[in-house]
Amino acid sequence: METDTIAAISTPVGEAGIAVIRVSGPEAIRVADRIYKGKKSLNEVESHTVHYGTIVDSEQGNPIDEVLVTVMRSPRTFTREDVVEISCHGGMVPVQAVLEEVLSAGARLAEPGEFTKRAFVNGRIDLSQAEAVIDLIRSKTDRAARVAMQQAEGRLSRLIQELRGEILETLAHLAVNVDYPEYDAEQLTGEIMLKKSRRVEERITHLLQTARQGKIYREGIGTVIVGRPNVGKSSLLNALARENKAIVTDIPGTTRDVIEEYVNVRGIPLRLVDTAGIRETEDVVERIGVERSHQALEGADLILLLLNYGDPLSEDDKKLLKMVRNQTAIVVVNKMDLPQRLDLQEVRNLIGESPLITTSMIREQGIDQLEEAIVDLFMGGKAAAADATYVSNARHISLLKQARKQIRDAIEGIEAGVPLDMVEIDLKNAWQSLGEIIGDAVAEDLIDQIFSQFCLGK
Amino acid sequence: MPTSGDEFDVVVIGAGHAGCEAALAAARMGCSTLLITLSLDTIAYMPCNPSIGGPAKGHVVREVDALGGEMGRNIDKTHIQMRMLNTGKGPAVYALRAQADKVLYQQEMKKTLESEPHLLLHQNMVERLLVEDGVCRGVLTRTGAKYYAKSVVLTTGTYLRGKVIIGDLTYESGPNNQQPSVNLAHHLHELGFETVRFKTGTPPRVNKLTVDTDKMEIQPGDEEPRAFSYETKEYITDQLPCWLTYTNEKTHEYIRDNLHRAPMYSGMIEGQGPRYCPSIEDKIVRFADKNRHQIFLEPEGRETLEMYVQGLSTSLPEEIQQPLLRTIDGLENAEMMRTGYAIEYDAIVPTQLWPSLETKQVANLFTAGQINGTSGYEEAAAQGIMAGINAVRKVRGEEPVILDRSQAYIGVLIDDLVTKGTNEPYRLLTSRAEYRLLLRHDNADLRLTDLGYEVGLISEERYRRFRKKREAIEREIHRLRETILKPTPDVQALLRKLGSSELDQAVELAKLIKRPEVKIEHIYQWSPPAEPVAPEVAEQVEIQLKYEGYIKKSLQQVEKMRKMENKRIPEWVDYDQVKGISAEAKEKLNQVRPLSLGQASRISGVNPSDISILLIHLEKGRQSRASS
Repeated sequence: METDTIAAISTPVGEAGIAVIRVSGPEAIRVADRIYKGKKSLNEVESHTVHYGTIVDSEQGNPIDEVLVTVMRSPRTFTREDVVEISCHGGMVPVQAVLEEVLSAGARLAEPGEFTKRAFVNGRIDLSQAEAVIDLIRSKTDRAARVAMQQAEGRLSRLIQELRGEILETLAHLAVNVDYPEYDAEQLTGEIMLKKSRRVEERITHLLQTARQGKIYREGIGTVIVGRPNVGKSSLLNALARENKAIVTDIPGTTRDVIEEYVNVRGIPLRLVDTAGIRETEDVVERIGVERSHQALEGADLILLLLNYGDPLSEDDKKLLKMVRNQTAIVVVNKMDLPQRLDLQEVRNLIGESPLITTSMIREQGIDQLEEAIVDLFMGGKAAAADATYVSNARHISLLKQARKQIRDAIEGIEAGVPLDMVEIDLKNAWQSLGEIIGDAVAEDLIDQIFSQFCLGK
Repeated sequence: MPTSGDEFDVVVIGAGHAGCEAALAAARMGCSTLLITLSLDTIAYMPCNPSIGGPAKGHVVREVDALGGEMGRNIDKTHIQMRMLNTGKGPAVYALRAQADKVLYQQEMKKTLESEPHLLLHQNMVERLLVEDGVCRGVLTRTGAKYYAKSVVLTTGTYLRGKVIIGDLTYESGPNNQQPSVNLAHHLHELGFETVRFKTGTPPRVNKLTVDTDKMEIQPGDEEPRAFSYETKEYITDQLPCWLTYTNEKTHEYIRDNLHRAPMYSGMIEGQGPRYCPSIEDKIVRFADKNRHQIFLEPEGRETLEMYVQGLSTSLPEEIQQPLLRTIDGLENAEMMRTGYAIEYDAIVPTQLWPSLETKQVANLFTAGQINGTSGYEEAAAQGIMAGINAVRKVRGEEPVILDRSQAYIGVLIDDLVTKGTNEPYRLLTSRAEYRLLLRHDNADLRLTDLGYEVGLISEERYRRFRKKREAIEREIHRLRETILKPTPDVQALLRKLGSSELDQAVELAKLIKRPEVKIEHIYQWSPPAEPVAPEVAEQVEIQLKYEGYIKKSLQQVEKMRKMENKRIPEWVDYDQVKGISAEAKEKLNQVRPLSLGQASRISGVNPSDISILLIHLEKGRQSRASS
């Protein structure tokens, strides 16, 4: 067990109804009690109970915020230590004030991920679960939370175990052929092994395809809105934000140059880049110049390029259209309420495959179609099924890729006529790579499999 | 004969396959050695199957030979047939197996022991160890003699509190009705050793004159002469065949009808039997849907008509065994000469041993063979030679020799035993080895001869020959890497004939040989070596080049393993003080006391997260120690 007590704000920073400050460690309850005023001392309450009260400043006893305090004693807690969760009013000021009191009452500020680390060190969760929890904490929308949740509950673990089971069966068959050459078991042929390996390869590939979607859920689609002044960028931003309530405002580091805003589009988090730029100057191109906007556009996952239905294509429009040609972009023709002066055919010729949506922000028309187009573009037409398994963790993705490479090596070896017991090395590697995802690679499994699958003896 | 009070460098108890190797190794390394056995007539006795070798086991025999052990040489002189198994597979799993003439095998080994300088062979029963302050000082025999030793090697086989079971009959006995060792078993308990009860079994034997081999499939030896030892130059050409037949529905029905009399199912047997060596009744029950099982008839020797019925291990009552035999094709008139039986015995829990095979409980005491929970002659011999070597090194105050998992099957075997323990008699399998591509049958000498020489078991002359071979291999590999083959019409024609694609440009021979259909003979047709290359050299060159890519992959894995293996766990670690590791892990770590993080990571019940925490703990400890 760790000896010190840590605390941190455990809800996303930003304007929200409620924020939670979590305290964990041997002193957690005493620390909280020092700044808590309620019916009972927190030191006396039962575990896993919630208490209404006030947080007061420890020096003068002035009330800071009305709160609900949840007391959970070791070991049935997330970290297996004593844990106190203080739910206070959202908003930076009260949350910060409560946190400061907790810290001055004897806790220390937790490092990023330290709660999860304690849960892991104290044996509460395994490695894959720990990583999923970190993703859970970082996840941006409900659906992203669900993906992280499923992983925590072992959906990914189960899938990986299935794959490993298939490989293990083949390995056991091979082992019996090798260790009991005279035993009258069916010989594993290259053909059978090829078929089995290909099936595993396909399933890993499929799993990896979900990785891209997983990344979207975790990190959001980095989106840039561009267009000439007064084309309606800020209206689009507001429309997206209004319909889909922005849930997180992120202010990275000390610089306020670039502000990112998250909006939830049908369950998919859109990370809108440089929204401040749009709001303040109404024009990225004007403000930072075509050169620099070029850079901003290159880093984007999605570009929303706005054109004005009531204006013919300008030189700036053409520059922008050229810039986004090789990127994932949606061209939004706004101001459909104005008389047409834009040649839509000309635009279509310039944008190639990118979808074109027509809107009128003033009349609130076309936003639905735009949202559909976004889902279409990133989820391959179908809105993601809620029960699909997404691989969204970088370590998992790299291990899956490694396993797939190893399976492919095996397939190549079999096709080249390499003895199967040598190809086994690639299969076993794949089995181990998959095992590393769930923190489990025990060779003893193989021996058990051999003896349960085959009847051997002298 | 030794006189009570005599002092030796090493005393070895038991002259089975472990004891013989241990005693020979100790004596050959120059230590005065006493080998005490219950009976001089059961030296190197094979109480079960008359064969040595096979996958993994044959590899081990080659390894024992490369280290300077005796098993390989002995079976080369006394077999009735040899076969290379798995020849249709890759070279890593080729496996040599010999059928032994049991009596000759024993006689030959006995003569070797008798002729060994520094080695005294003596018949007696050891009842106690002389232990002072946790250090073993010698042994006490039933006749009251005390023999003192700087190191003692204990190889009790299945004799410790041995109990034979045949149907509902049980009696105290060692294998094949030898006298069991009872007092020593109790003494080991007094010394604080934790033991387990294991079970193994053996099938009935029949008279060859009553076997109708016409109804069976012949299993001859290989025509090509084979040998286990790298030193063997004379080959036995006159071989005897084995025979294959099958059980059938009649057999299975008869067994099912009498299952209630099988001790396995009446609850008579408490010992844990091995899964890889189930009795026939066990096979019928566990694999009910299999409609026949293989039965091999194997001669027990040249000068006897007794045959071993492999596949029919049983502890059913005696009166059921003969009728059971007679349900099998070719055995309709079989006369049973010996009854099959199960035997229970004590083995010590092998996690009580250091990787040197010295016990943690009693210093200077080493154990090897079935007492450590293994099964098999080869596994016993492997531990025997290592225990012998390390007993001597202890006498001399030298560091023990510990083979790692990438060096030898012997390393896999001992590491598995002392790290994971075993809950059934342990048998080596190729699938237990992570790096079996490196642990090939063909390269045991390349892996271990240096070590055998270093410890003093390989003669100067043999070592010189070995180095010559190694250099020849390296030279030839170099030549094939440097030699370029041009796509001449001759070359293309032969490639076409082999079903291999033609060359589109000149290619190194070392690359061309990677094609599965191109053999070293073909390479030599195109580019004969300047001097003739010995076949064993050509074999190495071919394997090392052909499978280079796969061998490299294995070597990369070994590198990874070595990193963990090189992280030693220092003496000061107190697992109870390590915060955050699970209670189970703590218990196991305290029991095994692993020498490295690598070994710790292989303990069952110790999770990767425990290892991470341990790693952090060690690092913190090292830092605070360095600063204080």
